[in-house]
Amino acid sequence: MSSLRSITLATLTKDIRLEWRSRDAINSMLFFSLLVVVIFSFSFDPNAEESREIAGGLIWVAFLFAAVVALNQTWARELRNQVLDAYRVSPAPANALFVAKALGNFILVSLLEAVMAPLFMIFYNLRALGPAWQLIPVAILGTWALVVNGTFFAAMSLRTRSREIMLPLLLFPISIPAVQSMVEATRIILAGDGSARFWIVLLLTYDVVFTTACLGLFGTILRAE
Amino acid sequence: MKRAFPILAVLTALLLAYAFYEALWVAPMERTMGDVQRIFYYHVPSAWTAFLLFFVNLVASVVYLIRKSTKADAVALVSAEVGVVFCTVVLVTGPIWARPVWGIWWTWDIRLTTTLVLWLIYVSYLVLRRFSDSSQTPTLAAVLAIFGALDVPLVYFSIWFFRTQHPQPVIGGGGSIDPRMLHVLLINWLAFSCFAFLVCWWRYQLELLKRDLEEAQALEALLGSEGLPATSGRAKLPLKKTQSRSGTM
Repeated sequence: MSSLRSITLATLTKDIRLEWRSRDAINSMLFFSLLVVVIFSFSFDPNAEESREIAGGLIWVAFLFAAVVALNQTWARELRNQVLDAYRVSPAPANALFVAKALGNFILVSLLEAVMAPLFMIFYNLRALGPAWQLIPVAILGTWALVVNGTFFAAMSLRTRSREIMLPLLLFPISIPAVQSMVEATRIILAGDGSARFWIVLLLTYDVVFTTACLGLFGTILRAE
Repeated sequence: MKRAFPILAVLTALLLAYAFYEALWVAPMERTMGDVQRIFYYHVPSAWTAFLLFFVNLVASVVYLIRKSTKADAVALVSAEVGVVFCTVVLVTGPIWARPVWGIWWTWDIRLTTTLVLWLIYVSYLVLRRFSDSSQTPTLAAVLAIFGALDVPLVYFSIWFFRTQHPQPVIGGGGSIDPRMLHVLLINWLAFSCFAFLVCWWRYQLELLKRDLEEAQALEALLGSEGLPATSGRAKLPLKKTQSRSGTM
């Protein structure tokens, strides 16, 4: 148990330190989602009432696309110098590596959301009519839902040809219920249109089911020969 | 076994012809929808067959992960391919029926959406298999099949929250159906299942032959690269196994 925690922590700090020094992923994600926001605002010209209805969809689609940019980078670093092969033959638990990578991506995408969400609010003149604090659990659960499966499928698409395009092809169909829950919950909260509880519970269920599945099957993926 | 295949093929063809006759001429006309309703005899059996094949795919994937048997992997591949074909039939016949009856081609209803997401998941499954031609493909595909199976109930619940427009399932759904219509439906389902089984069987044998051939070619290349004369007699050695296997079909 202690080895699991120490290896997770070591991998996570290493990834964060590398990211802090290069800032490759976070910068490209920030710029990418800024572009998405600007292009969306040219495509639609909504008033405040309409934008409450569609902003949930726009914001999560922008984060989903930006997250794919980061997720594709997750394992690329470990392929250089055969780090992943070294990990495969070492007795370290596979899940430690997975949890570290997923947490690293979670921190990265959360950071992106913290910067981009206020910008969204400004560009689309948004003001929540429902309980705004509920957006925080939606954001946390939604980000984890994207990141946990994204990290897993990024590890899977490493083994394929043209892996950059493979990740969204695998991730998007499986993420449909999660994306729908995030979008609906955000829309309900922004428009003050009833209770978002059903969608938050569904998102929590999605997170629990797929976190369990990822932890159960990551070893199989890592050690597949 | 090899002789059983043409017999089964002829029986399936007869059954399909009989089911076609029953669906178009024998089944009574539906009171409100008229002849359009007859597409039901193709739509519903295709859906049941597709779901059955996806279930077979899931079972074969789990068996592969436990036993690492290549036969289970071949079954998983074949059932996914044929399942996607039947699921496509469902998704095409549905709108053809819906347009005159509902007045719209498509609606984001619970069964329509779940079927569409299932179709998307299995298309991505086939894309994954096509894009990775390494020895890890079966493991990756089996894991994706399990993820897909976990996803379907969540998709169902997420759309269950919206009002549903699709007609209630006629079997076990509280709907009523004329017994003659049910008879025709079940005959069609039997015919479609036989047809799906036949195609799967054929494709399964083809897949095994393909793998044997690839193995033989790899062996030949290996022997050739070691400087040994890759004579035709040597190359034929692994192919003999192939022939004997096709003989037991």
